[in-house]
Amino acid sequence: MIKLLSAICFSLFTSTAGAQDVAPDVLIKSISEDVIGIVKQDKDIKAGDRSKINDLVEAKVLPHFSFGRMTALAMGRNWPKANADQQKALVVEFRTLLVHTYSGALSTYKNEVIEFRPLRMAAGDTDVTVRTRVKRPGSEPVGIDYSMEKTPAGWKVYDVVVGGVSLVTNYRETFNAQIRDSGVDSLIKSLAGKNRSLDPQAGAKSK
Amino acid sequence: MKDILRHLLVLLLLGLLGGVGGCATTGGNPDDPLEPYNRAMFSFNDGVDKAILKPVASGYKAVVPEFARTGVTNFFGNLGDVWIGINNILQGKVGDGMSDFGRFAINTTVGILGFVDVASDAGLDKHNEDFGQTLGRWGIGSGAYVVLPILGSSSVRDGISRFAVDWRGDPVRNIGNVPTRNELMGARLVDGRANLLGVGQLAEDAALDHYSYVRGAYLQRRRSLIYDGDPPRMPDPDQTPESSSGK
Repeated sequence: MIKLLSAICFSLFTSTAGAQDVAPDVLIKSISEDVIGIVKQDKDIKAGDRSKINDLVEAKVLPHFSFGRMTALAMGRNWPKANADQQKALVVEFRTLLVHTYSGALSTYKNEVIEFRPLRMAAGDTDVTVRTRVKRPGSEPVGIDYSMEKTPAGWKVYDVVVGGVSLVTNYRETFNAQIRDSGVDSLIKSLAGKNRSLDPQAGAKSK
Repeated sequence: MKDILRHLLVLLLLGLLGGVGGCATTGGNPDDPLEPYNRAMFSFNDGVDKAILKPVASGYKAVVPEFARTGVTNFFGNLGDVWIGINNILQGKVGDGMSDFGRFAINTTVGILGFVDVASDAGLDKHNEDFGQTLGRWGIGSGAYVVLPILGSSSVRDGISRFAVDWRGDPVRNIGNVPTRNELMGARLVDGRANLLGVGQLAEDAALDHYSYVRGAYLQRRRSLIYDGDPPRMPDPDQTPESSSGK
């Protein structure tokens, strides 16, 4: 029994230590290949089963995102104006919205080739941008860049820039406008309403 | 008749350029002084899209097999490569321009009139350039955000460029036989819309305010395109505190 416990503890310890040491570009590459491998092979996902894609995103993609930081950035100067409960609620709702957005993007995947560009990073950097390009027919390749920060739990994504459009920046504008017009609570309500309309089962999965 | 329409639109945009100073709205986005007009036009376009364009594009997507649709996209993409090359050269990117002409040459011949994009596989990537980007590269600011009827997001600079200049480099627009020209323009429109069906749905789902989401995305994307995917970092308007709370 003790041997089993120590074996488990040891493997947890090494796997966490392993996560810390994985370089950000290697991390993005392995997650991408993992996720796309699944998307390509799973019949239900290929047919567009959104709840299966959501599960995939929750399991494989989200653990590598820093939702606290993302939400704070999207809120901008309004973040300190929200109290602790509001901040918590915002992070939860924003996270759910992003799950849906990311799954939506994955569901449109059609065997595009993803190119991983060389990482520009100095030795002690704690904030990098991992750049990838998606080639698609008839149009110029789309750049998908991941802004990542180094945390005790490893490198985490805090912004995704698709074709020059930053997720955080885009939401910041909408958040600002809504808070200016009707306050933080109204923003939380809008986000929650939006999430409910996108996925009626979302309420059951709040982390 | 089409010429008159084009000239009217250019005049309208020039008028907007001049009148913008007097139409400044209080609060709201400084890049969008015409917001009330733009929101109205956005709703109108959305209506037309839902009623006509989206159903036709969806039908097209459902009926025509993917390889054929890719062929159509490639065909129209190929026709656009010469103008893209010209704009690259105007921006001083001669290497890229030559590559675009090379793409056109290879795809039209080996790629069977452009239906197969052989050039991309050969390492000649497709670029995205138009005269509005060329002006942007030369330092001309975009001016106010403008939502054009049917065509959607644009700006004063880009709208004028589109109507006054880009059409001259558009091989489809310059076809003499009017029925053929209309058919091809229609096909291109439907093909373009079909390719955007997924993205369009995503934008609607992801946005709290569809209008401002599309506007923000358009302005950021334009800036990125002008710098060919590598725009200089914009100064952060807010001093954002590091979040100490976890996920």
